[in-house]
Amino acid sequence: MRWFKSTCIAAMSALSLGVAAKAHAQAGLLDSGKLLLTQGISTIEGSSGGGLASWATISGYETGDGIGGNAHETYVGLTNYSLQDFGASVGLFNRVEFSYTREEFDTGATGAKLGLGRNFTFDQDVYGAKVRLIGDLVYDQDTWLPQIAAGVQYKVNDKDAIIHAVGGKSAQGTDYYVSATKLFLAQSLVVDATLRLTKANQTGLLGFGGDKNNSYSPEFEGSLGYLLTKHLVVGGEYRTKPSNLGFAKENDWWDLFAAYAINKHLSVTVAYTDLGDIATFKNQNGVLASLQAGF
Amino acid sequence: MQKLFRAHRIAAACAGLALAASSAYAQDAAPVDAPAKASPSEAANAGATPIAGDGVYKAFHEQAGIQRVMDDFIVRVTTDPRIMARFQGANLPRLKILLVQQVCYLTGGPCVYGGRDMKDAHAGMNLEAKDFNALAEDLQLSMDKEQVPFRAQNQLLAKLAPMERPIVTK
Repeated sequence: MRWFKSTCIAAMSALSLGVAAKAHAQAGLLDSGKLLLTQGISTIEGSSGGGLASWATISGYETGDGIGGNAHETYVGLTNYSLQDFGASVGLFNRVEFSYTREEFDTGATGAKLGLGRNFTFDQDVYGAKVRLIGDLVYDQDTWLPQIAAGVQYKVNDKDAIIHAVGGKSAQGTDYYVSATKLFLAQSLVVDATLRLTKANQTGLLGFGGDKNNSYSPEFEGSLGYLLTKHLVVGGEYRTKPSNLGFAKENDWWDLFAAYAINKHLSVTVAYTDLGDIATFKNQNGVLASLQAGF
Repeated sequence: MQKLFRAHRIAAACAGLALAASSAYAQDAAPVDAPAKASPSEAANAGATPIAGDGVYKAFHEQAGIQRVMDDFIVRVTTDPRIMARFQGANLPRLKILLVQQVCYLTGGPCVYGGRDMKDAHAGMNLEAKDFNALAEDLQLSMDKEQVPFRAQNQLLAKLAPMERPIVTK
């Protein structure tokens, strides 16, 4: 039911975005001038990127003269959990991006085994901002300079008591990251490397800081994508994470993805995702599916 | 006389275009700064150095393929509501000749580009990034129609993309 509800939200947002894009096309501000797929896709934390990894891209198909944006709905089905995620982002003049995403990490039947209760759900709101500092993903084909952006993600988890009970230090946290994304057009390759300073446990779904470690750790996230057609990119991602909590070891994440842009208003991403061990349950892998609508 | 000389030079460089080049060129009263031969200034005018080897040129089906791409492309850009106004009053036969020369040259083909550099050629047009990208999208469609493999298309686009800097001024 929740899946249905948020799918409807995504679909309605898509519809309204589409109508808005059409209505304002004459004004020129919603120009949708960026080339297909060059805005990345919405990550699970709402910022534009590769799915798990944030990139230096700015959300939306706007150029430097316009405004763009997206709504997204993402579902990750894991061995013992599921993550559902929906949000929206806006890109201003291909320079600044603001995003909001709500993540719902459902423990399902596993919740009972953890003593939390069946379908116990950690909810997290992620407020993101990103600014492109230098470089252009598409045009800078004659230089090694990547597109570089810096971003923040302020995250608020609603399960403060449980987070403290398992050794977490806070239900709120802020991640800081710098991303370098390079499109090697002649090779049909896109490469991203991102450095993130974070205290987040499982990206904040299990809070921030812990009994083992309560300071910021530098973490890496990277993506490699190959453009098969102008509509389709396939690739993989890797993301390292801290392991701050004594009760359960945390692993790095990786995925193999295919992102298909039907047009500039609709794209679909499917990935095989391996999120390692989560809250003592081993080998959490499964399928990520994401629908993104925007202009 | 000079015009005739230029037309012959182009004809020699791009044999397949000889007729079209001389006739269209003769109509063109605007001065064209053509370099004497392929040289660093040639690359400067064409906006980039050519792709090494002739693999991409062959992937475009050589001169005849590039000609077909540009035949289709000129129709597309002059009917694309996003950018068609930008071509009002343009000398389209000449534009097509120069584009064929430029793409032939950039893909590693045996052509000389006889046009002005990208900055001069687009001066005063107040072009925006969305115009540049719309044109790139039309070019992709024309290359698709010619069945140029995607990777070869991207190799050409990689040469064209940095031209955004001199072309887009607004």
